[in-house]
Amino acid sequence: MATNTQTEVVMPQMGVSVAEGTITKWLKAEGDPIAQDEALLEISTDKVDTEVPSPGAGVVAQIVVQEGETVDVGTVLAVIAPAGSEAGSEVGGADVGTVTQDEMPPPPATQAAADEAMAAASEGVGDVSQAAEPAQQAPAAPAETPPAPAAAPAGGGDNGRTFLSPVVARIASEHGVDVSQVQGTGTGGRVTKKDILAFVESGASTRATPPPAEEATPQQVSATPPAAPSEVATPVAPQPPPPAVTQAPAQAASTPQAAPRPQPQAVAGEPAQGEAVEPMTAMRRGIAEHMRRSLDTSAHVTSAIEVDMSKVVAIRGKLKQEYGTAYGVNPTYLSFVARATVETLRDFPWINGEIRGDKIVTRNYVNLGFAVELADGKGLIVPVVKNTEGLNLLGMARAVTEIAARARDKKLTPDDVQGGTFTITNPGGYGTFHGTPVISQPQAGILGTYAVVKRPWVVQDELGQDVIAVRAIMNLTLTYDHRLVDGALAGRFLRDLRKRLESWGESDY
Amino acid sequence: MAEMTYLQAISDGLRMEMRRDERVFVIGEDVGVYGGAFKVTLGFQEEFGPWRVIDSPLAETAIVGACTGAAIMGMRPVAEMQFADFVSCAWDHLVTVAAKQRFRAGTPVPIVVRLPSGGGFSGGPFHSQNPESSFAHIPGLKCVCPATPEDAKGLLITAIQDPNPVLFFEHKHLYRRIKSEVPEERYTIPFGKARTHLEGDDVSVITWGAMVYTAGEAAKKLDEDGVSVEIIDLRTVMPWDREAVLASARKTSKVLVLHEDTRTGGFGAEIAATIAEEAFEDLDGPVKRIAAPDCPVPFSPVLEKAFIPQVDDVVAGLRELAAY
Repeated sequence: MATNTQTEVVMPQMGVSVAEGTITKWLKAEGDPIAQDEALLEISTDKVDTEVPSPGAGVVAQIVVQEGETVDVGTVLAVIAPAGSEAGSEVGGADVGTVTQDEMPPPPATQAAADEAMAAASEGVGDVSQAAEPAQQAPAAPAETPPAPAAAPAGGGDNGRTFLSPVVARIASEHGVDVSQVQGTGTGGRVTKKDILAFVESGASTRATPPPAEEATPQQVSATPPAAPSEVATPVAPQPPPPAVTQAPAQAASTPQAAPRPQPQAVAGEPAQGEAVEPMTAMRRGIAEHMRRSLDTSAHVTSAIEVDMSKVVAIRGKLKQEYGTAYGVNPTYLSFVARATVETLRDFPWINGEIRGDKIVTRNYVNLGFAVELADGKGLIVPVVKNTEGLNLLGMARAVTEIAARARDKKLTPDDVQGGTFTITNPGGYGTFHGTPVISQPQAGILGTYAVVKRPWVVQDELGQDVIAVRAIMNLTLTYDHRLVDGALAGRFLRDLRKRLESWGESDY
Repeated sequence: MAEMTYLQAISDGLRMEMRRDERVFVIGEDVGVYGGAFKVTLGFQEEFGPWRVIDSPLAETAIVGACTGAAIMGMRPVAEMQFADFVSCAWDHLVTVAAKQRFRAGTPVPIVVRLPSGGGFSGGPFHSQNPESSFAHIPGLKCVCPATPEDAKGLLITAIQDPNPVLFFEHKHLYRRIKSEVPEERYTIPFGKARTHLEGDDVSVITWGAMVYTAGEAAKKLDEDGVSVEIIDLRTVMPWDREAVLASARKTSKVLVLHEDTRTGGFGAEIAATIAEEAFEDLDGPVKRIAAPDCPVPFSPVLEKAFIPQVDDVVAGLRELAAY
């Protein structure tokens, strides 16, 4: 791209449910020359950690967002100016870190209204996008923010004596005491155990009723089907905060079109004895939100089938050596199943489809997602192999190995986790023989593959007599969205998939 | 009941067990003819003869080694280190042999090693130490640190009856300074049961040995401030009474751990850590330690006073905790 003009670098959309990203490292400083597609910075989101390449060539004119900051998708991170221009000299105008006038929220009617709106936003509760429009709603904004539960420690107190000893915190929690109401007699006015016990005994503590859950979790949480795949492919139109808005609300705000963020259900109380509490990672929050939303969206039904994998086992035994020697690729059972699934989906377009509004979308391609457990055991990611209908067995095996490795090494690009049309999850490595996985929205189905185990199996000998043989059996499940896929359709899909696997010929690659 | 000094109570308990049980014998430097450096065994050789009150060479290794062998053969030896400090010479026999014999071979090693310990009389670096934490750290050894005459007698009898090696830390500063009523009959006091030296509500002091009295003096001053101090005397640091310590910590929510041994790695660290682990949600202030600084015990009376925790040090620590 010719860079006669300045180019903005924005926080990329890293996945459907990703609304924000954190700058982990700037690889260039202001004033450094940079080529197009040269790595400019590293970012971390709840889906992937990745490098962001420069969208243009020239010099890094300005770095707008510093390392460690978390900003919404679409926020301007830096400006690339044409070579020869001085860093910072020609920029910093209206384009940098700002939005044009018609995109900006109306200015607050009064400073007080603005303060209240910002305070509401920084509470982390309530609908932030509403809070950011103080002109119309300023008076209402504070009312929409539920009061903090009284049981919460006196954080934010203005008396400089907010430290709570463990025993005071516990008593406050047990008795629902707002510690800021207690007169402290300890060092620096600290509330001591005696102070709070006297307060409790005096009967002064009356537990404020926490707001109903509905108020604490705005309707944003209630699931609606994702609007369009454009949400997947196209970054949400950026609505960076106006310059006057400080970082805190910018972090709390989510852009209107972004996937709903999980809201805290309630302030976590003091852990009981024997309990431990750890913060939830962004990825875990993302998974939690997606799983809940998927169950709220699709009508999950699971069907299972048993597959005699004897032929696959035999062929794999032969191919393993050949593929390993010639290509360094291991033909896993998963790649056989994936290959057969792609072939079968051709006959069942709805299972590879999607409900979009009141329409049904089908495709002439299969973008196959694979659920991958991260190495630390604390997360799950679903990288997508695109256009698997064009891959033979070798290609499939190679693609699955490669993308799973990149997922574990956190080398996935945003593109790698987008655009899936059907997903395979493989918990069978741990020996499980059945499961009911959750559909990755907005897809219509997810195939579960389980352990291949030797079992006594009734087969027919050459005379047509029933005999019991030892066969390698694998269970498969199809979990499907019954809104779109009926049980009979799912059954036929599984039947055909089984047939493909059981009759796998040496030339069927 | 009879009024006895701390030293007399130890003599009384030891004599009682020797009269009662022929397997019990005494061995140590100058314990026979001379009656021991502190005269704990004065008159013992006359009563029990030189085969049960044995003057040993100046060799702690030999003393503990002989005790270990005799104990394995069924005797109940009571060794005296002339000063607790000298027990380091016998470390290998205590730690490698006596402490592990029962685990290794199933053979009990019922020995008692009496250890005149503690400072306060300008004894300097070789005659003033309180090495209980070093041995409390060794699985297989028990460590007893009595503070009162009654406890000294009862705990010594328990120690002699115990089938394991027991280190009996007698505080020299208490030998003749502390005098109280002691039952004349034979009695035992169980290991691992603390004694509430003083009941209180506002701050707990966990301590043992001579520091029980330092804490008691400090508590009087705090009482004038209107602060009620509870003093828990552990009596034995291994086993130690976790339940009593935790109960007191939960009651007052503020704990001072006090010992005469040096601070780093002292047994107070174990107590403070246990309170932090198990009574965290009951704490209303940091668990505080007062102990000797990490250096050898000085000779100079002025310096020794600065080294050993004094009443004023404890008063200051208690006031700080009370005000926290």
